[in-house]
Amino acid sequence: MLPFGYARAASVDQALAAGAAPDTAFLAGGTELLNWLRLGVAAPTRLIDITRLHELARIEPLPRGGLRIGALAVLADVARHDAVIADYPVLHQAILKAASPQLRNLATIGGNPLQETRCPYFRAVEPLPCNKRAPGSGCSALRGINDRHAIFGWTEDCVATQPSDPAVALAVLDGVLVTARPDGGRRIPATELHPAPVRPWRHHVLEPGELITAIELPAAAPHSAYVKVRERESYEFATVSAAVALELDGPVIRRARIALGSVAHRPWRLPAAELALAGLATSNLGALRRAVDESFVDARPLTHNGYKIPLARNAALRAIEIAARTP
Amino acid sequence: MTERAAIRTRLEGVNVPWAERIATAMLGGVVLVLGARLLRARAQRRPATGGMALVAAGTVALGRALAGRCPMYRTRARWRQGRVMRRGGAAMIAPLSFRERTEIRLRVNGRDHQLAADARVTLLDLLREQLQLTGTKKGCNFGECGACTVHVDGRRVNACMVLAAAVDGREVTTIEGLAHGGHLHPVQQAFIDHDGLQCGFCTPGQIMSAVALLAEGHAGSDAEIREWMSGNLCRCAAYPQITAAVREVAAAGRRR
Repeated sequence: MLPFGYARAASVDQALAAGAAPDTAFLAGGTELLNWLRLGVAAPTRLIDITRLHELARIEPLPRGGLRIGALAVLADVARHDAVIADYPVLHQAILKAASPQLRNLATIGGNPLQETRCPYFRAVEPLPCNKRAPGSGCSALRGINDRHAIFGWTEDCVATQPSDPAVALAVLDGVLVTARPDGGRRIPATELHPAPVRPWRHHVLEPGELITAIELPAAAPHSAYVKVRERESYEFATVSAAVALELDGPVIRRARIALGSVAHRPWRLPAAELALAGLATSNLGALRRAVDESFVDARPLTHNGYKIPLARNAALRAIEIAARTP
Repeated sequence: MTERAAIRTRLEGVNVPWAERIATAMLGGVVLVLGARLLRARAQRRPATGGMALVAAGTVALGRALAGRCPMYRTRARWRQGRVMRRGGAAMIAPLSFRERTEIRLRVNGRDHQLAADARVTLLDLLREQLQLTGTKKGCNFGECGACTVHVDGRRVNACMVLAAAVDGREVTTIEGLAHGGHLHPVQQAFIDHDGLQCGFCTPGQIMSAVALLAEGHAGSDAEIREWMSGNLCRCAAYPQITAAVREVAAAGRRR
């Protein structure tokens, strides 16, 4: 770890005023940042500790329906919040399937979607060619070992996947990240936080000094579910995952939303399948399967990850089934 | 607008109001049409600089309105920010002072400490190197193995994932703080009774995690215990014995 200066912000204003300077990073949960510092993935010279900004850790209902989750609420607290359990089961499940209880006591809901890929070339202790780490150095995974990598949306420059489980739930719920900057802020749809890997070293669209202050969830999604497929029963990143939120008319799907995790650089929504699912009966498995298939025509497997296509398709179907009988 | 609302607006970055976007778009449209007319009228005569300027201005206004960035919005946001500060609410923002060496007050296992450390020092290293509390183990140092699990303000965390400076003023419990008056904590005793260890390196973390798990109420079944202990790896694979130890303490708690 290279030396850095540490300061604790007493107010959001203080954090924002100092945050835009070069080589400055915000420290929230720290469960990613500390590893980046150790690996040399990031080397800020100034760290702004924002963990004492308790006003950013509140969870409260929005006046016109929906839920507002302060960005500094730790994952454990979000998962056990009554409104999250009742109204957003997909988020509740995604959080409880992420990381470990210890890490969930530290990691924040605002920081978690900003975690970097688990691509072993990116996280190598001895740096290997990786356009995310060293722009222009090439992508080791493209022709290397890529069984954990993307089947959608990848480029020759980067085939990495986005590993956060909560981010997939936020994307399927059409959550919005609310940010602050010294001259105002903006609202970023959770589906647009991660840009296409054209410039792979930019893994999110936040500008220097821009701080996520809250995540807003629109109307409740009680018929929703998260399926995570992994090589261990617990405490492991997904090989693929699927988040589904349904609106039902009795046994018929009125509207479906699906997002897949660990198949692309961002939570991968399936608009074609979502369209095809509307109007189908949840009991008609054959039709559901054909509807989901519509989104897999543009899947592009790499050398070692062709298995992800049937796995992701089946995970999506499983998630639809579970969502249909939730609650 | 009240001060609070002004701060809220700025912090939350409410999007440019629709009314303002529509107004800007309409204004842009009118300017654009005017410019186009002027251009057409003068087409036969001199170069139509005025018309071109109007067309450009109109296009920019339209574009900004569509992109949700109205010309007045930032100005208004700045003005609001200035007003809030002038009124003294947020007063002058004190600049942060960044230090490479930090002072840390910490209560560890009931004892207060006043320490100084490099800003890079983690809670794990502070406990082990400065307080000689080597019961907390350094396994992976990447937040993956759980050997460094301690409680901060009663919640279990990986001590390798926490900067010491960031827990200034907090209360920490380590494995050394569990026994009281020569009596082992029930979870410690249960680990001994059930052979919940082999090499013992992961054991302090396992026990700290198990104590927290019981307090959290996650010991309802073996499956639940395994799930909520999953952040603690044991390379000797003493998992069945660890599960049995936790199960026993949970059952004893229910009997009481």
